Order: sequence, then C-alpha cells, then structure tokens
Amino acid sequence: MKKNWWKILSLLLLIYTVVAGFLMKVPDLPIIHQSIRNLFFHVCMWFGMMILFIISFVYSMKYLRGFNLRNDIIAQQFAAVGTFFGILGYTTGAIWANYTWITDQSQSLGSVLKEPKLIGAAIALLIYGAYFVLRGSFNDMDKKARISAVYNIFAFAMLFPSIWIIPRLVGSLHPGAPGSDTGNPALNAQKDLDATMRMVFYPAVIGWTLVGVWLANLRIRIQLIKDKSLINE
Amino acid sequence: MNKILSRLLLIVVSLLSSNLLFAQGADSFDETMRGSGKIYVVVAICLTILIGLFIYLFLVDRKISRLEKEGK
Repeated sequence: MKKNWWKILSLLLLIYTVVAGFLMKVPDLPIIHQSIRNLFFHVCMWFGMMILFIISFVYSMKYLRGFNLRNDIIAQQFAAVGTFFGILGYTTGAIWANYTWITDQSQSLGSVLKEPKLIGAAIALLIYGAYFVLRGSFNDMDKKARISAVYNIFAFAMLFPSIWIIPRLVGSLHPGAPGSDTGNPALNAQKDLDATMRMVFYPAVIGWTLVGVWLANLRIRIQLIKDKSLINE
Repeated sequence: MNKILSRLLLIVVSLLSSNLLFAQGADSFDETMRGSGKIYVVVAICLTILIGLFIYLFLVDRKISRLEKEGK
C-alpha cells in the first residue's frame, strides 16, 4: 500500500477537480461562457498526453543505451496510453468546438477545419499511430525494439512543430495564437488564466496524468507477464 | 493490501449510506440536490463514475499483482 499512495492521490485530485471544477465561479467570457470549465478536462488530456509521450521518449532513449527489452515495453505502453489521451482530447475538443466556434461564433465548418492546431494534432496522432503499425510489422523482437525506439524519438520530435510551433506562427482559434495578445496560454500566470481557475487546473493536470501513468503501469505489467511466459515456452 | 482495500470500500459505502439517510428528510442536503440549477446532481453522477472507475482500476491492479506472484 505504501507504493500506492499516488493512485489514491490521483483519485483525490480528480474528486477535487470534478467538485471544484463544476461548482466554482468562473469568469464569464463571450462565446465560451460556462464551457470554460472544459479547461479542467479537455486541456488536461493534452497535458497528460504530452507528459506520457515525454516518459515514452525517455524510455526509448534508455532502451537504445543498453538494449534492455524492458525499457522498450515501457516506452511502448506509455506511447499507447498517451495516444489514447490524445484521442480523448481530440474528441472532447470536437464537441467543444461544435458549441462555441461553430454555433456561437458562426464560423463555417470549413474555417474550423483549417484550424492549424487541429491539423497539427491529427498529424501528431497519426505519426504515433504509425509507431504501432511499425511495431506490429516485425517478427524479430530485437529488430522491432530498436527500429521502433528510433522511430519513437522521431515521433516525439515531430510533436513540437505540429502542435506547439506552427499553430503559434500561423494564427489559430486556440489561445496563444499571434494577434490574440497572449503568451503561453494556461501557463502564463499573469494575464491569461484566472487565479482561481489555476487552483483547479494544475491539480487537475496532475490528477489526470497520474491516471495515465497508472494505466500505463498496468499495461506494462501485463506485457511483462506475457513476455515472461513467451520466454519460458 | 486486502484489508486496507476492504476498509476503503467500507468507508465509501458508509459515506453513501449517510447520503441516503440525508435524502429522507427535507434538510440542507435535499435542498442542495433539488436546487434550481441541479448542478449538484451532475457533480454526484460524475463522482460516482469516477469513483467506480477507480475501484475497477484497483481491482484490475490487484489481479495483475496476483498474476505476477504466480509467475515467480
């Protein structure tokens, strides 16, 4: 139980997120109104995805340093849960955009589909999708682990232009675009995020990320059990 | 591990049952749940799903731990 404290911590943080996230007073901005509460859910999916991908990247590097298959399994499972979080972020974003950008800001669907962050996130997720396709196409375990570790590093490097740099350069409906006069949304402590919302947002990010780590942890342990029985056969 | 988990479950169940008791009288809890916005109902439902998911995760976690022990 001593090792499990962070699982309970994630539950407590998420209970806090739901209670405070639904009940606290939020600033009433045009178009988004109460839907700004999605910050505690939709945005946290992307933060969680990013942290899980960073962990996956680190373990891919570790694998290439010592060729320990265990590290490759860890990298794979963190990438899998990260991709899952990304898909959840994409889906929730689609719902949110439908009721703000499209209906209330009367943007056409075409202009929303041109939104660079949507395209960038789709590219990033597809690159990670290709990582799993690549993994599935090898029979030799060592070759699979080596090539997919190198590919994982490439996929991680592609995240930065596709979801962080390009949307900030070409203008985007998301906060943080040029012209919207915001620096780094969510992390800019002075002007972008209301102080009370930050008190829920940061715990929410930690809580959701811990759930992702837990899911990855379960998947890694299952994979290790599976591979152990393979080796014994 | 088992003992602690069962204690945790007991705490959750006792908390829930106290809610049932509250709901019988027209006291403050009842008023909050029947308030105009009824946002508290949404909070209660989301919490139920969240706690349910976490209990499930804990059970899966325990199952895998058992499998790990068997493998050794």
